[in-house]
Amino acid sequence: MSTTVVNTGTEGKTWGGGSQPLKASYGKMMMWFFIVSDALTFSGFLAAYGFSRFKFIDAWPIADEVFTHFPFLHGVDAPMYYVAFMTFILIMSSVTMVLAVDAGHHLNKGKVTIYMFLTIIGGLIFVGSQAWEWNTFIKGDYGAVQTKGGNILQFGEYVEVDGVEKFKRVAIRDFVAVDSHKERTDHQRKNGLWFVDEGTLPTYTVDEVMNGLEAHSNVLVRTQIINEAGEKTVLSRAESLKQIKDNGKLVVEGANLQVNEYGSPLFADFFFFITGFHGFHVFSGVIINIIIFFNVILGTYEKRKSYEMVEKVGLYWHFVDLVWVFVFTFFYLV
Amino acid sequence: MAHEHKLAIFQGLVKFKSNTQKIWGVLIFLTIVTIIEVVLGILKPESLMAKFLGMKILNWIFIILTIVKAYYITWDFMHMRDEVKALRRMVVWTAIFLIIYLLFILLQEGGYVFDVYKDGYIKRDF
Repeated sequence: MSTTVVNTGTEGKTWGGGSQPLKASYGKMMMWFFIVSDALTFSGFLAAYGFSRFKFIDAWPIADEVFTHFPFLHGVDAPMYYVAFMTFILIMSSVTMVLAVDAGHHLNKGKVTIYMFLTIIGGLIFVGSQAWEWNTFIKGDYGAVQTKGGNILQFGEYVEVDGVEKFKRVAIRDFVAVDSHKERTDHQRKNGLWFVDEGTLPTYTVDEVMNGLEAHSNVLVRTQIINEAGEKTVLSRAESLKQIKDNGKLVVEGANLQVNEYGSPLFADFFFFITGFHGFHVFSGVIINIIIFFNVILGTYEKRKSYEMVEKVGLYWHFVDLVWVFVFTFFYLV
Repeated sequence: MAHEHKLAIFQGLVKFKSNTQKIWGVLIFLTIVTIIEVVLGILKPESLMAKFLGMKILNWIFIILTIVKAYYITWDFMHMRDEVKALRRMVVWTAIFLIIYLLFILLQEGGYVFDVYKDGYIKRDF
């Protein structure tokens, strides 16, 4: 089992540190230590997410309505398929990793090389998918109006699908026209206070949204509040106009760390933080895998007659997969 | 190299001939579990919407299936099955104990804050 060639002279001496009760090498033990602490870090984040969600349990965004896109399928409502695909990719790359470890036990350099390569490819596909997912989330879909109190008001209309009245979201751009007379320029350092910045202005102002809403009698406002049926509350026409008029403050398109068109800004914050932290783990995992991959090719472990390094990196890689399984559940399913 | 793998899963119900075979077997199992999760998540059967211990039955199913997946990833991909009992317990029970403790504290507090907003004097819906 021993991977190091050093003899310490303590072999068999129980009280001299000679016995190995856990029968695991130092490196593997330390990897397990790291994994336990990292698992606790991630649970801290997910528990904080749970805290915020329980705090706003009646107004939290519904994941199925947030993540509905699939690459190359525009306008198709495809909740979860893409994350399911990502999950499968990550599990698949876990499998190739464990196959690499297995090949390492048989000192089969060729197979280790191939499986490590496939693992790296899987990791890259996953990170790329996550980038796409972020991009879609940041760009947003329908747009919304934020109230003075920080709540989100979305728009939609009732349409009949197979004889059943269904609420369908309407994008702001579909019923609001830009009023060119009142165009306000973006504040920049060169044309105003040099020490103050202003973020990008939304495409529409609340007044324009109000005008659009008045002109389209079919459009209704939907609030964040979840009703008994588990759906977001849709206001009546009169209420809709009143809400936007009295409380509308800012038009929100997409999501960032300050505002979030899908609902509570906390949702976006946690989404960016947790999937970002996980994505960073995947990214560093890919880098480490690449290093190990080249070591395998160079024959480093062949000379050592032990592929334990592949096994240790494998532990980390599986852990990343393990975390994703939980992120998948708590962000997309529950 | 004396690498011995325990090749039986599901309490010995399924036995594999080699480690490689076991890996593929576990992959198939994990894939099936993920597919079940996704199908349930899309269909959202009405019968599973009832509440049980303060949470929808569907959500309980998701969480249990997730833990099942986590078990097989740790036990078979990370070879926890082949480690000695002491190492296994050190890693698993430490994490599980601390996570349950943290979850209980934070979720309890989150629910409390929600109640304060709902029934107390603090107003946020304006």
